[in-house]
Amino acid sequence: MSPVSRPRIAVIVFPGSNDDHDATLALDALGADAVSVWHGEDDLGDVAAVVLPGGFSYGDYLRCGALARFSPALRAVERFAAGGGPVLGICNGFQILCEAGLLPGVLRPNRSLAFVCRDVAVRVEDASTSFTRRCAPGQRLTIPIKHGEGCWFAPPEVVAELETAGRIVLRYADGNPNGSIADAAGVLNEAGNVMGLMPHPEHAVDPLLGSTDGARILGSLVDTARSRAPALV
Amino acid sequence: MKRNEAPQTAASVRSETTYPRPIRPRYLSTPLATIDPLTAVSAKNSLHRALGLTDGERDRIEELLDRDPNHFELAVFSLLWSEHCGYKHSARLLKRLPSTGLRVLQGPGENAGVLDLGEGEAVAFKVESHNHPSAVEPFQGAATGVGGIVRDVIAMGARPVALLDGLRFGAPKLAFRRAVAGVGAYGNSIGVPTVGGETVFDEAYADNCLVNVMCVGLLPSARVTRARASGAGNLVVLYGATTGRDGIGGASVLASQELGDGSEQKRPSVQIGDPFTGKKLIEASLELVERGLVESLQDLGAAGLASSLAEMARDGAGVDVHLDRVPLREEGLEPWEIMISESQERMVAVVSPPRLPAVEEVCARWELPCTAIGEVTASGQLRALDSGEVVGEIDARLLTDEAPRYEVPRRPRRPRPRRDAVDTPLDARLRNPNGASKRWIYEQYDHLVGSRTVRRPGLDAAILRLRPSCRGLAVSLQGPAPGERDPRRAGITAVLGAARNVACAGGMPIGLTDCLNFGNPERPEIAWELAEAIEGIALAAEALGVPVVSGNVSLYNETDGRPIPPTPVVGCVGLVEDVRRVPGRWRTGDAVLLAEADRDDVEAQAQLVGCLWRWAPTLSLAHDVGGGGLEVALVEAALWSELGATVGELADGCGGAIVACSEAALPRLDGVPLRRIGTAGGDEVLGQRLDELRAAREGGR
Repeated sequence: MSPVSRPRIAVIVFPGSNDDHDATLALDALGADAVSVWHGEDDLGDVAAVVLPGGFSYGDYLRCGALARFSPALRAVERFAAGGGPVLGICNGFQILCEAGLLPGVLRPNRSLAFVCRDVAVRVEDASTSFTRRCAPGQRLTIPIKHGEGCWFAPPEVVAELETAGRIVLRYADGNPNGSIADAAGVLNEAGNVMGLMPHPEHAVDPLLGSTDGARILGSLVDTARSRAPALV
Repeated sequence: MKRNEAPQTAASVRSETTYPRPIRPRYLSTPLATIDPLTAVSAKNSLHRALGLTDGERDRIEELLDRDPNHFELAVFSLLWSEHCGYKHSARLLKRLPSTGLRVLQGPGENAGVLDLGEGEAVAFKVESHNHPSAVEPFQGAATGVGGIVRDVIAMGARPVALLDGLRFGAPKLAFRRAVAGVGAYGNSIGVPTVGGETVFDEAYADNCLVNVMCVGLLPSARVTRARASGAGNLVVLYGATTGRDGIGGASVLASQELGDGSEQKRPSVQIGDPFTGKKLIEASLELVERGLVESLQDLGAAGLASSLAEMARDGAGVDVHLDRVPLREEGLEPWEIMISESQERMVAVVSPPRLPAVEEVCARWELPCTAIGEVTASGQLRALDSGEVVGEIDARLLTDEAPRYEVPRRPRRPRPRRDAVDTPLDARLRNPNGASKRWIYEQYDHLVGSRTVRRPGLDAAILRLRPSCRGLAVSLQGPAPGERDPRRAGITAVLGAARNVACAGGMPIGLTDCLNFGNPERPEIAWELAEAIEGIALAAEALGVPVVSGNVSLYNETDGRPIPPTPVVGCVGLVEDVRRVPGRWRTGDAVLLAEADRDDVEAQAQLVGCLWRWAPTLSLAHDVGGGGLEVALVEAALWSELGATVGELADGCGGAIVACSEAALPRLDGVPLRRIGTAGGDEVLGQRLDELRAAREGGR
């Protein structure tokens, strides 16, 4: 197939990334050509989108993502995002994007103070973004979460700003599993090309493994990447 | 540590007539000596006794060496001849277990057992205990228990794809919660899903908890990596974490002695886990194996370098190790401390010299120290050098094959009658921590990473897909029911329970691993329990026709003279032909049946297991009737299915399974007696609403 029909999407691999392979599997299954990019690389190569996968980058013994933001690959991701490239951070990737200042807020320990792994329902608040275009407005998605620090927090004025601009794209629908402000499960940057979410869409693409609702998120990213690809080829 | 395949008997081992005798000083009488043995030696407390060796063992060492051992050598012997490493009380009994079969690529004696799955794939698995460290410090004890078993599986060249944990505590209180958090902290961080296990609360474990962890790994069947060193001139390369004073003597001080009031003073012997380094070690090790850069791999566990190098050198090769080359994390370690340190997250590889630069390059990329610390020789000697000077030299076989093997006198103990909980009202049984949902526990573990988890924790066994095919593995870990005190029945029911769980998930049982948790084997009653439990495991495994390919023995599980009940915990791996055709949830109108077998008839029970996995593609649901009884199992099946059932009069059905299928499929079920007990449908079971039952069952913590 041509590179346009299978857009190249970078999956950044940090030491301690755990869901990088899952993300690669899912993106490939959804029609992308996922390429692993080592954290030490400061050049992403010719890619149409970037995924920061889940895991415990550098062990996350410090605040989650606090070390990963200093990696050479993050410099490249920042340049890519500044140029309008779509960037999706999943779980640890979301934490890293917040630490790097590419997304507002921080992820704090879950209110329960315990790690939690289970399917949750999230509501798509905006189906027009680069990451939700395969969803219907208000659609409920079932996607697993698995994190110890997923309680998104931002100061009230930031939350108000995000609410006004509709940048809280995904919200927990049946109970809030971690105590995040405004039930936020996924937030978007101002330019609309960087999103972070705590649920793991890459773990909800295969009917053998449960829900396939995550394919709507990752599929949207693949569509976005595909629409960008001609400009890059 | 590994079991020896063909244990030999040392000639001068104490006979039954002179045994038992005071093997070790009781901990309370010499607390400091066991923590820092080499500095706490006095005229009254000679060095070998402080190290945990008997006078007879000390004499035997001198006889074998034909000279006086120096302190370094004595320290090494004391660890390698401990129960934990040397299996001196259990090795003879373990020979009773069946360990052969057409699928067996590696039986007991290596880091983990390996079975051929066909289609070029193999599975490596093993269960190991970390009881005493967890009793002293539950979080780190459990965490490093995970790290240790994962490295055993890596050492076979396998990628770890699943963890199961067997936890037995007095109550779901702080210590238990910390152990759960420890399992999660390590397993979640390294990206290996925790997909199952068992949790039992019983006062009998209040002072001596059990933390047993099983790891399952996958590898190409042509690539089984072993620990044995070969090729004189090859390099011994240590990689992973640096070496410190943590866990010095943990094997002998913790694993092979009873706990007492001074347990907190043993804290320096508990290792601290570093899952980040553990994760890098997994990835670097697999890269080394996949690229064919190493001849063999060995993890560093109990007794550190001493044990790993002795294992590597035992088959006639020898190893020279230069202890001054070992990267240290603190100043001033003595050679003996470097030799026996149990610092976590370390591995040794045998590397041919031309490949060393490539090995160093892989480790550098994963930011792991990597140092050639020695060479393989042809001398058969394990020789330790410090700045070129020999500090110890021992024929490696003396440390392993010549470890004492005790024939322990056994005295039967009439087991107290089993406490049956079946008379308690259903609601109370569902609310009891043992009958209640374990969701609050397994939700603290990542059970999804790896994209293989077709069936998540919650009912019987989890199923892992063997991507990209639709074949799968069903895995379970199970011990005897709470209150079981008959050791033979404990062994039988652990094996059959684990196998039934796997079969209910559509898996044909193909292999077992066992963790034998017992009290002090120097007591004749405990020795008898151990022998009886092994007999029970062997009988059930033979009836199933399934080998026991790996395992671990944890003895001295006593606190102030009170032993734990006999607790053999058994892991079972089953092969699922098609993960799309396994029992799931019963549907409205399905016939609900009880497949029965006499619980005391091992052959009939084995036949039931065979029927269950053969029926699997036909069944809409299958669920093991565990120790909680038939009513609890029916509630579990209904809640799992999110659909009720109308059932008639119930008799007790422990040791059987609930199955459901469409009326049309009924004639296809044969082989064991089946009793129709009801029909699926509605939102009630046993006259109670499902939402009420769920609320009762979720309230267990």
